[in-house]
Amino acid sequence: MKLLALVDCDNFYASCERVFRPDLKNIPIVVLSNNDGCVIARSKEAKAMGVKMGVPWFKVQQSYLANGGQVFSSNFALYGDLSTRVMRVLEGMVENIEIYSIDEAFLDLQHIQNIKNAYEFGIHCRNIIHQWVGIPVRIGIAPTKTLAKIASHVAKKRNGGAGVICLHEQTQILNVLKNLPIDEVWGIGRNLSRHLNKIKIYSACDLMNMDIQLARKKFSVALERTIRELRGEKCLEIQNRIEPKKQIIVSRSFRTRVEDVKILETLVSNFAVRAGEKLRQEGQKCLQVSVLIATSPFNKNLQYRGFDSFRFSYPINDTRSILMGARQALYKIFKQGYPYAKAGILLSHFSNPSMIQKSFFDGMHESKYMHIKQDNHLMRCVDEMNKEQTQIYYASQRPNQLSPIQKKMISPKYTTNWWELPTAN
Amino acid sequence: MLYKYTVLKNPMTINYLGSISTDDLPTTFTKFFLESVSVGFPSPASDYLENPIDLNQYLIKNGAATFLVRVSGQSMINANIADQAILIVDRSLKPKHGNIIVASLDGEFVCKRLQLRPRLCLLPENPEYQPIYIQHGQDLDIMGTVTAAINQFK
Repeated sequence: MKLLALVDCDNFYASCERVFRPDLKNIPIVVLSNNDGCVIARSKEAKAMGVKMGVPWFKVQQSYLANGGQVFSSNFALYGDLSTRVMRVLEGMVENIEIYSIDEAFLDLQHIQNIKNAYEFGIHCRNIIHQWVGIPVRIGIAPTKTLAKIASHVAKKRNGGAGVICLHEQTQILNVLKNLPIDEVWGIGRNLSRHLNKIKIYSACDLMNMDIQLARKKFSVALERTIRELRGEKCLEIQNRIEPKKQIIVSRSFRTRVEDVKILETLVSNFAVRAGEKLRQEGQKCLQVSVLIATSPFNKNLQYRGFDSFRFSYPINDTRSILMGARQALYKIFKQGYPYAKAGILLSHFSNPSMIQKSFFDGMHESKYMHIKQDNHLMRCVDEMNKEQTQIYYASQRPNQLSPIQKKMISPKYTTNWWELPTAN
Repeated sequence: MLYKYTVLKNPMTINYLGSISTDDLPTTFTKFFLESVSVGFPSPASDYLENPIDLNQYLIKNGAATFLVRVSGQSMINANIADQAILIVDRSLKPKHGNIIVASLDGEFVCKRLQLRPRLCLLPENPEYQPIYIQHGQDLDIMGTVTAAINQFK
């Protein structure tokens, strides 16, 4: 029998905050997004208090704190380090692992012969991660990725259980699928589930029994794959190669509203510079830069969202070109008279720098946009100088406007900074 | 690799000039022309070069499970753990009777010697401090075993 496992960290960010704060055992914890805007993670206790995912912090702040909850700004240095540790422990336990996200990994259990051993492996794995890193995980074991996801979902619902669920017997699988709404199946979004509901498919079990021909014809190959996976046919393999990123996004909500395009431009420039650094770190070049600007979703009277892209004739990773493209896009979408609350930069259409195909018509494009610049050497120089602390700015940035992200309630970087180590008496 | 085509005066003729690498070209050139080349006798040590000593390798056996904790106070001074020392704590080692450990006691981290017999107790290494006997219902979670302490003198 070929089995695989999904290891999923429980309420990961909230659990990370607890590792070095034993006093927070059983106390509700929420973690906020950059700039302390929304709730992005909740401990079990905070969920029980009714704090919803993604809710703006200001809406729940008062009642949450009054009820003794603890709040943190996001501390990605800590979460990243603890995530790496969890994955390293897992890599030491099985040969084949796919790190699916910061808090999830698929393990190949092909070395395990029967379901009893698989279950015991799951328990062992869970205990080791909890003891070694201090993070609680739950584990779903099944013949396919889609079923393993569902198994881990069941493990989450069963509070106080062993945290490990094996889904392999047909009757047991049927039982679980009958009680599972389709929008909780991996890969079924809200839109798709609405369409499926229209043809009377409500539970994962209904979906499993759907006609495969129909699924492929009326919907997609992806849906067909999901149905096969629900039936226990393995369609999705464990991918241990790290897929290169397909896009880079840098976006922020502002602390105050911005109406002036000049100020907006300096802010967008800051994001563009950061995006350029990330792009070069990834060793990529991009063909397209896009800009998004938006008003606050809470201001019902004046709402506007603008989005536009600038396309280069050949792939670039020079920040000066990114800035030029961003400026072009920004001025196209900017509308006077709106209080902007958010802006962002998106770099996309990547291509590996060593496989560049120069366009036959390059020269003509460049004469139209004289500003397309590409200088690897200069960029490497700037990145090197800005590594520790920014020393070189681009002219369209304004350093004093580089208001750092607001993180008023951030916890110490316990594992990555000598001066913020936990202390013992 | 980049294949470079150049359009010559007659726009219908395309000459293939060969391929060049786009990667690191400037660096290679700089090094080639600016750095002097030694022509003396080669270093006799060059065949025996080894990596410099790495403290991590000596002090940390299981990186994923090892955390650093700073000591506050003198309670472990007779075990050569001074105030502000940095402890290497390995969470993967099962704490045994007599080991120095870091534990959380009533929501705070403490560094003490673990005594399992005759009675569960956390022993300080300083006569001015009292042993901590764990009472029924008291919360004691052992975080990990201290494998080394770094005392800095300067």
